[in-house]
Amino acid sequence: MKILVPVKRVIDYNVKPRVKADGSGVDLANVKMSMNPFDEIAVEEAIRIKEAGKAEEIVAVSIGPAKAQETLRTALAMGADRAILVETDEEVEPLAVAKILKAIADEEQPGLVLLGKQSISDDSNQTGQMLAALMGRPQGTFANTIEIDGDSVSVKREIDGGLETVKLTIPAIVTTDLRLNEPRYASLPNIMKAKKKPLDTKTPGDFGVDIAPRLTTTHVAEPPVRQAGEKVEDVAALVEKIKALGIA
Amino acid sequence: MNTLVLVEHDNNSVNDATLAVVTAAGQIGEVTALVAGNDCASVAEEAGKIAGVSKVLKADDAAYGDFLAENVAPLVAGLMDGYDAFLAPATTSGKNIAPRVAAHLDVMQISDILSVEGDKTFTRPIYAGNAIATVQSSDPKLVITVRGTAFEKAATEGGSAAIEDASGPGDAGLSSFVSREVADGGDRPELASANVIVSGGRALKDSETFEQIINPLADKLGAAIGASRAAVDAGYVPNDYQVGQTGKIVAPEVYIAIGISGAIQHLAGMKDSKVIIAINKDEDAPIFQVADIGLVADLYNAVPELTNAL
Ligand SMILES: Cc1cc2nc3c(=O)[nH]c(=O)nc-3n(C[C@H](O)[C@H](O)[C@H](O)COP(=O)(O)OP(=O)(O)OC[C@H]3O[C@@H](n4cnc5c(N)ncnc54)[C@H](O)[C@@H]3O)c2cc1C
Ligand SMILES: Nc1ncnc2c1ncn2[C@@H]1O[C@H](COP(=O)(O)O)[C@@H](O)[C@H]1O
Repeated sequence: MKILVPVKRVIDYNVKPRVKADGSGVDLANVKMSMNPFDEIAVEEAIRIKEAGKAEEIVAVSIGPAKAQETLRTALAMGADRAILVETDEEVEPLAVAKILKAIADEEQPGLVLLGKQSISDDSNQTGQMLAALMGRPQGTFANTIEIDGDSVSVKREIDGGLETVKLTIPAIVTTDLRLNEPRYASLPNIMKAKKKPLDTKTPGDFGVDIAPRLTTTHVAEPPVRQAGEKVEDVAALVEKIKALGIA
Repeated sequence: MNTLVLVEHDNNSVNDATLAVVTAAGQIGEVTALVAGNDCASVAEEAGKIAGVSKVLKADDAAYGDFLAENVAPLVAGLMDGYDAFLAPATTSGKNIAPRVAAHLDVMQISDILSVEGDKTFTRPIYAGNAIATVQSSDPKLVITVRGTAFEKAATEGGSAAIEDASGPGDAGLSSFVSREVADGGDRPELASANVIVSGGRALKDSETFEQIINPLADKLGAAIGASRAAVDAGYVPNDYQVGQTGKIVAPEVYIAIGISGAIQHLAGMKDSKVIIAINKDEDAPIFQVADIGLVADLYNAVPELTNAL
């Protein structure tokens, strides 16, 4: 079985995003960028499945600017076998990303596509579900545990009330949640080795996918700022404050 | 415009998350409520009473009983000929189903809207709520998920909508439901709808300590219990307690953060609370930058003392 892992280059999760003064977007100039954290979890899970002898090859894919190569090299250093960069400087919306991934899946015929549940940049939480619909395949979103058993996969999902398990026929699309695993760091020798692993570069046009956006962002604003309030001296003072709120 | 709202339910009653969606949909146009489920007649009746709902579609079929996206999304897509917009709550269930509907319709979903700004124009948070984008759709139909804390809840009484049967392709044969582990919270209010939330972080050490320190205070205040990701990852509490960018979004009257540093991902989930109270031993913890009332103290002394005094 082959596993396809889409990885997105996003603002590093430790950076506090700043809105541009002209309201045109978030300032990404000179900001540290990294692999979307949920995608690291997806890469890690793919590697564990391969290590368990249940997959032979892991292909990482990224759609984005030339710099997204770095993200793919990270995936390769962690343990992916080869990578595909679909290069474009345009912002590609989840629907178009899903269409490109579908075209790649048609060529590669993976048994599993493992995506993150959400990009921490656009916070869309839709690409995996869209890909599953376009491929006509089942989806296990927000995965907490994945178990492959022959031609099906059981996915324990993190849902609002707790956990839910669904059984999906393979090929299947799975999106990762935080508790699925703890991603490994790439070792230095593996980072060196990753430089030699194959990385193909394509364009959206190669797949015949129209990436023209459907949504126009007309304005990006700072959220209302919350002012820090006061610090109280001791518990007694806090008790007074809480009583004044009328909740106790 | 005609809108179709996905009613979230457990085959017995309507989940509260639906009510905010009805309000959002009402700002776009006429509201039809879709109840897809198994033996869900009581849900359809309840949905028909929600103020603002003008029609209920009931798709009663074993295939829809467990809300599998593979089965529900084609049903919705098939019904969309008569509607301009489909709206679902931004709950785990809505987030699972709505994008699949959007792809069937070949439209982009607008996730987690905060407001309706006009014809096909909405605001939504991006970058963990550190920016609010105004987006306009050029698609022929809209697929939207609604942030529950951003809209008033529609009244559960006052409507008298007619109920019509609807049907779809049924079981897609791609997936099956196996089991659900849902903790019974007892008398404790639900996180998403609680007036008061007491939340604990990494500083609570382990599950027993979390329970010993946080639960008595929550009991005194009739509060729901929340947690930071660190507390969930460490296994102090179940995953569905996580408040934040990638967990639950809450906006109670009072949010009490105990031993939580205030990382941007946590703030994203609670900074719209009316009053934020923080207890942390580090006076420079970022949580104090958003807290209305802060107490710099060791929680192991402060929280039991507070609980006793209330
Ligand atoms: C992709 C991604 C998604 C994420 N999503 C979320 C999310 O949805 N929600 C979320 O919460 N986090 C999320 N995080 C994690 C987030 O970045 C932080 O790591 C997390 O919120 C920290 O939890 P914490 O505040 O409990 O722990 P810490 O940051 O370790 O803070 C512990 C705090 O306890 C205080 N403390 C310690 N001992 C005591 C004591 N005895 N008395 C009083 N105070 C004490 C310390 O001063 C410190 O401020 C996400 C991270 C990533 C990468
Ligand atoms: N440009 C992209 N390149 C590769 N993968 C992507 C891209 N955009 C989204 N994804 C995948 O889809 C997941 C969900 O993203 P989103 O729907 O944008 O929140 C991410 O975690 C990635 O796995």
